[in-house]
Parts: sequence; structure tokens; C-alpha cells
Amino acid sequence: MSIFGSISDPAATFLLTGARVVDPSAGEDRVRDLAVVDGLLADPAALPADAPRIDASGFVATPGLCDLHTHLREPGLERAETIASGTRAAARGGFTTVCAMPNTDPPPDDSESVRWILDRAGGAASRVRVVAAATQGRGGEQPTNVVELAASGIVGVSDDGAAIGSGAVARELLAGLASLGLPLIEHAEDARTAQGSVMRAGPTATRLGLAGWPESAELSMVERDIALAEETGAWVHFTHLSTAGALEAIRRAKRRGIRVTCDVTPHHLALTDDWVAGWRGFAWEEPGGVAADPFGAPLDAALAYDPACRVNPPLASRGDAMALLAGVADGTIDAIATDHAPHPRERKGVEFGAAAPGMIGLETALSLGLAAVESGSLELVRLIEALSTKPASLIGETRSLAAGSVADLVVFDAGARWRLGASGLASTSSNTPLLGMELPGVVRMTVAGGRITYRDGLDARRLSPGCGTMRTAHPAASDGCRSARTRNSIRMRDQASGASSGRRSCSPASSSSSLSACSASTGRSGCWWCFSSSTWSCSSSSA
Amino acid sequence: MSWPGADAQAAGVWPHRHLLDVDQLTLAELEQCLDVAVEMRERRTRREALDLLRGEVVGLAFHEPSTRTRVSFELAAKALGAEVVDLRIEASSVSKGESLVDTLRTLEQTGVSTIVLRHPMSGAPYLAARSCGARIVNAGDGTHAHPTQALVDALTLREALGPLEGKKIAIVGDIGHSRVARSNMHSLTALGASVWLAGPRAWVAGFAGWPGVTVADRLEDALVDADAVMALRIQLEREAGDGAVASLREYTAEWGLDEARMSRARPGAPLLHPGPTNEGVEITAELAASKRSLIGTQVANGVPIRMAVLSLLAR
Ligand SMILES: [Zn+2]
Repeated sequence: MSIFGSISDPAATFLLTGARVVDPSAGEDRVRDLAVVDGLLADPAALPADAPRIDASGFVATPGLCDLHTHLREPGLERAETIASGTRAAARGGFTTVCAMPNTDPPPDDSESVRWILDRAGGAASRVRVVAAATQGRGGEQPTNVVELAASGIVGVSDDGAAIGSGAVARELLAGLASLGLPLIEHAEDARTAQGSVMRAGPTATRLGLAGWPESAELSMVERDIALAEETGAWVHFTHLSTAGALEAIRRAKRRGIRVTCDVTPHHLALTDDWVAGWRGFAWEEPGGVAADPFGAPLDAALAYDPACRVNPPLASRGDAMALLAGVADGTIDAIATDHAPHPRERKGVEFGAAAPGMIGLETALSLGLAAVESGSLELVRLIEALSTKPASLIGETRSLAAGSVADLVVFDAGARWRLGASGLASTSSNTPLLGMELPGVVRMTVAGGRITYRDGLDARRLSPGCGTMRTAHPAASDGCRSARTRNSIRMRDQASGASSGRRSCSPASSSSSLSACSASTGRSGCWWCFSSSTWSCSSSSA
Repeated sequence: MSWPGADAQAAGVWPHRHLLDVDQLTLAELEQCLDVAVEMRERRTRREALDLLRGEVVGLAFHEPSTRTRVSFELAAKALGAEVVDLRIEASSVSKGESLVDTLRTLEQTGVSTIVLRHPMSGAPYLAARSCGARIVNAGDGTHAHPTQALVDALTLREALGPLEGKKIAIVGDIGHSRVARSNMHSLTALGASVWLAGPRAWVAGFAGWPGVTVADRLEDALVDADAVMALRIQLEREAGDGAVASLREYTAEWGLDEARMSRARPGAPLLHPGPTNEGVEITAELAASKRSLIGTQVANGVPIRMAVLSLLAR
């Protein structure tokens, strides 16, 4: 059973035993215990005797994942996703930070709208950082006030969905950003070159009679911005890179010391343009069907032209995908970012060419990465570095599993497999061609900033003895919120009904003033749910 | 029933619920389609009543203007005893903002068992086949496929040339944007012919590597010793802004077909064109009206082929 928490829950205390700890920041990969006391990683000796112990043998523990490119769709497009649902999807995927892209209605192009998002995300299931619009209304004409925006705490600016079409506007933006140390996050696509195109140019596009997006649509924009980065000394971050040629240009620019960074999506690493024709194999697998013979093999009527496969930039060729994987492996690609792009059914249940581009990715990113690791295409430590420590460092966050650090981690069962079903997703949308597929890697627990934001399958067998202690510490009061079972069912119900937060919640006694405090106060032994060691009370408001 | 294919059909051998493209048909199934069409044509000539689709309703959902294909499907359905519902898409649902899926589900609820779909977007019939219960016949989708036209062309060529095994067939023009060319590449190569493509580079380059297909550098290479030549319709509106050719006049000068160019092909090699033709652009008026031209035969084969497809799909 999966249970969600929030970053405003009480800090957790617990001991994780026997996990394989993979921490790229320390070059660590070994089996050890991880102690968390009041939300901080601590020496296991410092753990209270009655703290819950979680048997994590067979699981992997890594620093929490950080997504540089997430579409939360709020405000304005809440039918696709909300800050609440999107961050739950993040927590379920092992992410503790998501960078919200400005493709909202209206887009955040001033400090007030940035603060609105940050306020709204105060009790979310993951930290939310904001990427503001690069131009007013994302219109491409008038640069936003980057000095004011920087003061409101943004991590970068972008007109994602489109590149900054005008070189003059891009240059003006970069000149302003240079002294602020913030990146222009560029969706590198020359709009005129890509105009009318709905997939990657190549044999499969030819076969399907779909207009193809040539590599030059990305490359030309990357080369322009490299030149602008060199000229202005500002930082350009290329997001969702999709072609070998653009990767090569970035590799050369990095060698010359130009300030450029880049990310790639899990789907551009694992999926290929053959998916549009109905093939369902990963980029590193032996091609079959249409992938092996784009002209000869019959199209699969059940899967060809699946609008879920329409993304921007389009899914790449096998050669591009393998080059991008190599780019992650050698560090030229700084990060794997999901480009989680939820869309409601009516924008995807249409003809391929009419479908909104984008697929969801928060809940499958780690799994696709682990599939690449299983195939031998990528080292686990490199995967975690690209999903966690490196992107976090790009936005000024740290990730470490050393004692003394804030507990920000994900625990997953790399060997377990799960079948992706629309109903099991935390996201409001289910637009992904991976539906129905079996994927490796199940997230068991996500801890963001010392708070448990997600748990799955950590049943009593894996919880001891604190679990029992807590159960007895919770008198079965008449409102029924003391027992873990009831609490869980409340959470699940709230989740199912889409309520923004549970009406009942664990909260420190000090902050429960708006709720009618429940009678039980158990002191240090903590709460079954949040493993809090702070004085807490179990509260319920009248429904 | 005694017509070819009837036994197989009665035995439930026809394994396809939809006709989305000819790529899904085996060589035997392709030949079965053509054989059934021949039989249908003969019975129709004898004015025999065929009621294979009695009680069925065939819906025509043409999201793109087309006279020739729509009329031939309508005649074919009626000749088989079906009722026909012609959805005037251009006029009604598109302007109301109805989605394709909505339209087809509405049609399905009126009792339609087979939907003949013409759509400007590639892949639309695949969406239709997934999202509604009716049988789907692709009557042309975007620049992807036009399976019944390919069957018409295969029948026309088989009757003009005999078995297509080893025959050289040239396709000339805007291959890249042609659903007719794509479907013909599947069916003609499956029937054993070698297909040569000729046209401006941007329109043909992507097909290099298609099994049994050769991309010619020059028009002469495609035409020399060709057993048949197929010209494609140039989309006058599109080609103006496409950039692949400088102008229609230049296109005609370099790739337009006339008797002189056709003389490189085998003597009397037939000329096909899916119509309607732009005379004086892709072919001369004289060539279109010449003895070589099988354009009229193609039109005549349109109804029997569609009868064959509709009846085979109906089991
Ligand atoms: Zn983008």
C-alpha cells in the first residue's frame, strides 16, 4: 500500500538497516545502516531506543532525486495536473525536488506569480522550485525582469515549449542573467525548421507518412546559444536534448570552457522513434518488427500512431538514444530530467498529429534508468548522479547520505518489477506509452528534507520494533485516527478523491491549533506514519 | 457462393477485421482480394444481385473532399446490398469541433458495422480501429496509406501485364507526400515487382532502403525498360511553398511525363495515375488520352475492388 506524506510533516526518526547505500557525492556504494534522527542523518548510536527500525536489506538507498524539468500545470491547467498531484507523483518516483516549468496559464513571469506557486507548494509531497518564464507571457518578445525574479527565488528562466526564437532577445536575456548566476533553460528547437513536424525525421517517419523533425532543428539552436553563452559569459542549460549532433556540439563547448549544461529525458534514452510505429522495445534491445525493418514490417494496429508517443522534441533514432546514453555515462549530459508533461485524455485521445506533445515521467524515470543499468548501458552510480546529486547541485541544493546531512533520500527495490497501470499512477494524467509494461525498480520510501513523503510496501514485517511500540502508544481512540490502518485508509481515500490534503493529519502539537487536538500525546516514541520523534498529537478536524 | 474466396470466407479464413493498409496482407490474401474483385466485376456486369452485405450499414466518413473514392465505395456497398450512410463531415462535425472518435462512436451507435474513413492525418484509421467497434476501411489517411487504391492498381497492372513477378514499375512524382505510392510499394513488391522511384530529391530520398524499391537518380533510369509507369498527382497548393521544386514549370520540365519520355519504357508500357490528373503538369493531355493510359481502367476497377474488400471484411 502506498502512502503519501508532505514536506510540512513532522521530521522523521528511524533506522534503515542493511540497505545498499549508493551516494555519488561520496563515491559510496556499500551495505550499511542509515539512521535518521529528527530529520537528520545521524550516527545509529544516537538513535532513540524505541525508534522504528526498517529492514531495508535488498533495497538500495540513494540521495533523493531532483527533477530539473517538471510540468505541474497549476495554475490554469489543473485538469492535467496540480501541484498536489504532481508532487505526489514526484514522491512516488523518488523525487524530493521538482523544478516547475512555466508552461502554465498564466505563466509565472513576475515575482508575485512565482511566490503564488511557492506558497501553494508549501505542503506538497516534494519541494517545488520555480523556473520562471524567460519572456512576458512566454511570448518570446519582451524579456522578463530577471533581477526581480531572481530575488523571488527562482532557479532559472525558460520559455519551454519553444526556444527563444529571436537571437537578440536571447542575447539580452543572457546579458541580464550573467551576473545573477541563473541559467537560461533552453528548449532548443528552431520553430521554422520543425514547423509541421510531428516525429523524428527518418525511415520510420517516411514509412508512417508523418512529417519529420530534422536534427538541424535542434542543432542550429544549440549552436546559436553556445555562441551567445560564450559571448555573454552567461549560463545556458539545454533541456531535453535529443540528438547526437547537438550533444557533440555541447561536448566541444564544454571542452572550451563555455558555461553550458544539459539534460536528457528518460524517454529519449530508452525509447526510440520506432515506438510511433508500434514497436515496444528499449533503445539498447535487439531490434525487431518495425524497428528492424521500418519499411517492410506491417504496422501494429493496436499500437501504431499511439499519441502517447508524441513528445517534443520527438523520440530519437536508436543511434541518437545510444549516443545520449553514452553522454550520460561520460558526464557530458549533466542530468536526467523527466519533462513530466501531463495532458488530460481529450488532448491525447486524438489523431497522432493533433495530439498535444508530451508524456508523464516522474513515476517511471527511475525505472527506465534502472532498465538501462540492467542492460549494462549505464552504471548505477552514474544514473543516481544524473538523477540526483548533479541536478541538485545545478540548482544550489546538496544531496549527501553522510551523517549530519538533512535526510533527503529514496529507498527502492531495484530488483522488483511493477506493471504500469493508469489507475495506480499518482499523477492526474496517464499519458505514457509505457502503460501496461512491466518495469524494474519499485520505490519503497522517499524522504524529502527529513520528512517521509512516500512509503510503499514497508509493511510490519519490515518495521520493527518501533512499529509495535507506536501502535501501543496510540490508544485506539473513538475517532479511529490512532491506528495505522485507519490512518492509511484515510490517506488512500483522500488520494482517491483528489482532495488536496487529508482532513486528518499527523502534526506537531504546537501547530495543531486549527485542528481539534486529539487526546493522545505519546512524547518521543513518535507516530507510526511519520516516525516523528517530536511531541505530536494525532488530530482530526470535523469533516 | 461460388466466387473465388467465398469458401475461404465462409470458413472464416479472412483474418482481418479492418483494412488499414496493404502491409497487413499476405501475398495469398492480396491475390485473394484481386480474385474476388474479378469475380465481383463479372457478376456486376451480368447485373447479378449480390446481397452479401444485406442488412449491414456502411458509413462513409470522409474528412477530406474526394469524389472518386467516395462514390466507388458507395456504389460497392450498395451493389452488395448494404445501406449507406454518408456523413457529410466537412459540413457538419468538423465545424462543430467534434473529434474523430466522437464522430465514429456516433456513427457506430446508429448501427453502422463498417466505416470507410478518409482523413487528412496519417494514422487516423489506427485511432479509429482502436476506439470504436466498427470495422474500419482506410480510404486514404494523410500521406500514409491508400490500400484500396493500391489494390485497384495491382489489379489493373496484373490484367495489363500478367503476373507482376519480375516486372519493373516506375513511380514518378511527389512520392514523399503520396499515400498511393506508399501502399503501392507494399503491394507491388509483395507481388514480386521491382519498384523504381523518380522525382525531386527531397521527395524520394527517404525511401532508400525499402526492400524491392530503387530510388533513381534520374528520370531516365526509372523509365528505361519499365513495364509500367505510374504518375502521381502533384498537389498544386502544397508544391508552391514546399521548396522541393522551384516551380511547377520546372517540375514539368524535369519530371513531367510525355510520349518522348515514355518511349524509354518497354513498347506500349501502360501509364497509370490515381487521378484526378493535372494535365500539362505531371503528364501531358495527349499521354493521358493515349492508348497507354489505363486511367479509365483504374476508375472502372475501383468499384469491384471495394466490393471485394467490403465483403471479405464482413466475413
Ligand atoms: Zn520543452
